[in-house]
Amino acid sequence: MGQLAAVLLDGLIYASWLFIIAVGLTLIYGVMKILNIAHGSLYALGAYSAASFGGYWLKQGYPPMGSYAAMLVAAIVVGLIAGPVIERGLLRFMYGKDEIVLVLVTYAVFLILEDFVKLVWGVDPYFIAQPYGLLGSFDIADLTYPNYNLLLFCAAVFLGVSLAWVLTRTRQGKMLAAVIHDREMSAAMGINVGRVYFITFTVGAMLGALGGALTAPMISVQPGIGAETIVLAFAVVVIGGLGSLPGAALAALLVGVVRSAAVHYRPELDLFSIYLVMAVVLIVRPKGLFSVQEARKI
Amino acid sequence: MKKDPTLAILTAASLILLAIGPVLPRWAMFLINVSLCYGIVVLGMMLLMRTGVVSFGHGLYYCLGAYASGTIDQVYKISDMSVMLLAAVLVTALASAALGLLLRKYRDIFFAMLSLAFSMILYGLLVKTSALGSSDGFNITASKIAGITVAGTAGDRYVRYALTVVCAFLAGLFMHKYVNSHMGRLALAIRDNELRVEYMGASVSNVIHVNYVISAVLAGIGGALVAIAVGHIDPEMAYWTTSGEFVFVGILSGTGSILAPFLGAFIFETIRSFAYEYSPNTWQLALGITMLMVIMFLPGGLWSLFMRKRKAA
Repeated sequence: MGQLAAVLLDGLIYASWLFIIAVGLTLIYGVMKILNIAHGSLYALGAYSAASFGGYWLKQGYPPMGSYAAMLVAAIVVGLIAGPVIERGLLRFMYGKDEIVLVLVTYAVFLILEDFVKLVWGVDPYFIAQPYGLLGSFDIADLTYPNYNLLLFCAAVFLGVSLAWVLTRTRQGKMLAAVIHDREMSAAMGINVGRVYFITFTVGAMLGALGGALTAPMISVQPGIGAETIVLAFAVVVIGGLGSLPGAALAALLVGVVRSAAVHYRPELDLFSIYLVMAVVLIVRPKGLFSVQEARKI
Repeated sequence: MKKDPTLAILTAASLILLAIGPVLPRWAMFLINVSLCYGIVVLGMMLLMRTGVVSFGHGLYYCLGAYASGTIDQVYKISDMSVMLLAAVLVTALASAALGLLLRKYRDIFFAMLSLAFSMILYGLLVKTSALGSSDGFNITASKIAGITVAGTAGDRYVRYALTVVCAFLAGLFMHKYVNSHMGRLALAIRDNELRVEYMGASVSNVIHVNYVISAVLAGIGGALVAIAVGHIDPEMAYWTTSGEFVFVGILSGTGSILAPFLGAFIFETIRSFAYEYSPNTWQLALGITMLMVIMFLPGGLWSLFMRKRKAA
C-alpha cells in the first residue's frame, strides 16, 4: 500500500514536470506545425539563467523566498529575448517549407544554442539547491518529499488550465483556433497571422525557459541537459498527439506513472519504459492519443 | 547520353586510398577510416531521404551493428573481423526487417519520431545492461581477419583501414546499381508523390520497407567498422544526437550522387577532429550555422555545387 502510494505520488510529480517541459512544445507545434528541437536549448537557457540569477540573489543576502521570483524573472527574460530573435531572425523565412525541413532548421538552432550556452556559462555544472529545500517537506510511506514538488504540481495545473482558458475562452484564443484551422483563410479575414505566430513562439519559448527554471533547483545544471530533456518532451508530445494540450497532459500522466512504477519495481527499465510507452502508443494510434485524421492530398 | 563517371571515380578513389594507405600518417589514416565508416552510414540515410522519409533514429542500427560485432568479439571470443561484420549485417537486417513492418506505415515527422523512440529504447537498455559495460561500453580487440591474426603485427592498422575502404567501395557499388534499378527509381517517385505511385500499381510501403532495411544494414556495417577501427563502443552510438549527426551529414551531402555521402562525411569528420582540437566549445555552433546555410542556399546539398557546374559546362 505504502509503495503504491509512493509510486502514484512520484508519478504525479514526474508527470507535472513532464507537462511543464512539454506544454510549450505542443503549443508551438499546434499553431505553427514546427516540432521545435530548439525547445531543449530554451529549457537549458532557462535553467542556466535561473541558476545564475537565483544564485546571485541568494549570495547578495536578499530574502531567500525571493529567489523563486528571481528564477521566474530570469526565465521570462530569456523567453522574451530568445523567442523573438529566433522567430523574427530565422523561422519566419522558413514558413511554408516541409515539416521535416523545419525540424532540421530547429535542430540547427539547437546545435547553435548548445554551444552558446557553453560559451556563456562554461562547462562546469551550476547548483542552486536552496530553493528546493526552502519550503519544508512532508512524509508519505517512510519517504520524504520536499514541498517544492507540490509547487511543481501547482505550476503544471496552473499552466495547463490557464492555457486551456486562453485557447477556448478568449478572443485571442479563438483567433488562434482559426489560424490553426486555415492559415490563409484567417489571413484573408483580417487576422494578422505573422503576429499570431510571433506571439505563439515567444510564449512557447518562455514556457520552455520556465520549465528549465523550475527544474534548475532539482538538478545540477550542466551541458547536455537540453538534449536529455527534449527527447522526453518529444515523447510526451508525440504520445499525446502533436499539438494537443489535453493530449500532452494525459501523456505526461501516463509516462509519469509508468516511469515511476519502473523506477520502484524494476529500476533497470527506467529510461527504457518511457520510450516503450511512446513506441506502443504510436503503434496502436499512429498519430498519438488525441489526434485528428487528415485527408490525404493528391 | 553522356557516360556516368560515378563508377570510374569510385573505383579510382578506392584504389588510390588503398595505394596511399601505407604511407599515410597515422592520424590521416584514422581520419579517412572513420569518415568512410560514417560515409557508409550516410549512404543509407541518403537512400531513405531519396524515398522522402527521414529517420531520426539511425543510431539504432549504427549502435546495434557495433554491439553485435562487439558481443561476438568479447562475449563469444570470436575476434575475427569477417565474422563480426557478418554478425552486424545479420542482426541489423533482422531488426530492421521486423521494425520496418511497423515503420512502413509512417511518414514525415511520425516516421522520424517512431524511429527515434526505437533508438532511445536501445539506448535505455544498453545503459542499464551491466554485462555490456553499461554507459561506459567496452573495448574490442578484433584481432583476426579471415583466420589470420593481425593484432600486434606491423600491418594491423592498414588491414583495418583497407577493410573499411573495401567495404565502402562495395557499399558504393551496390548503392549505385540499386538507385539506378527499378526499385531505386521508384524511391524518387515516392518522394515526389506517393499516392500517384500507388495508382500506378507499385507498393509504396514495400519500397520504403526494403530501403529501410538496406539503409539499416549499411548503418550496421558502418557501426561495426567503427568498432573495429576505434576499438571501443558505448551506448552513445544509439543516442538521438548521433542520429542527428547522420541526418546532418545527409543534408550537407545531398542526395545527388552516391559519392556525395563520402565527401560529406569526410568534410564533417575533418571539421570535427580539427574543431575538437582547437575549439571544443564552438564546433556545434559552426555545424548549426553550416546546416542553416545549406538548408537556405543549397537545398540539394554540397553535391548540387558539382551538378550546377557540370550543367553550365
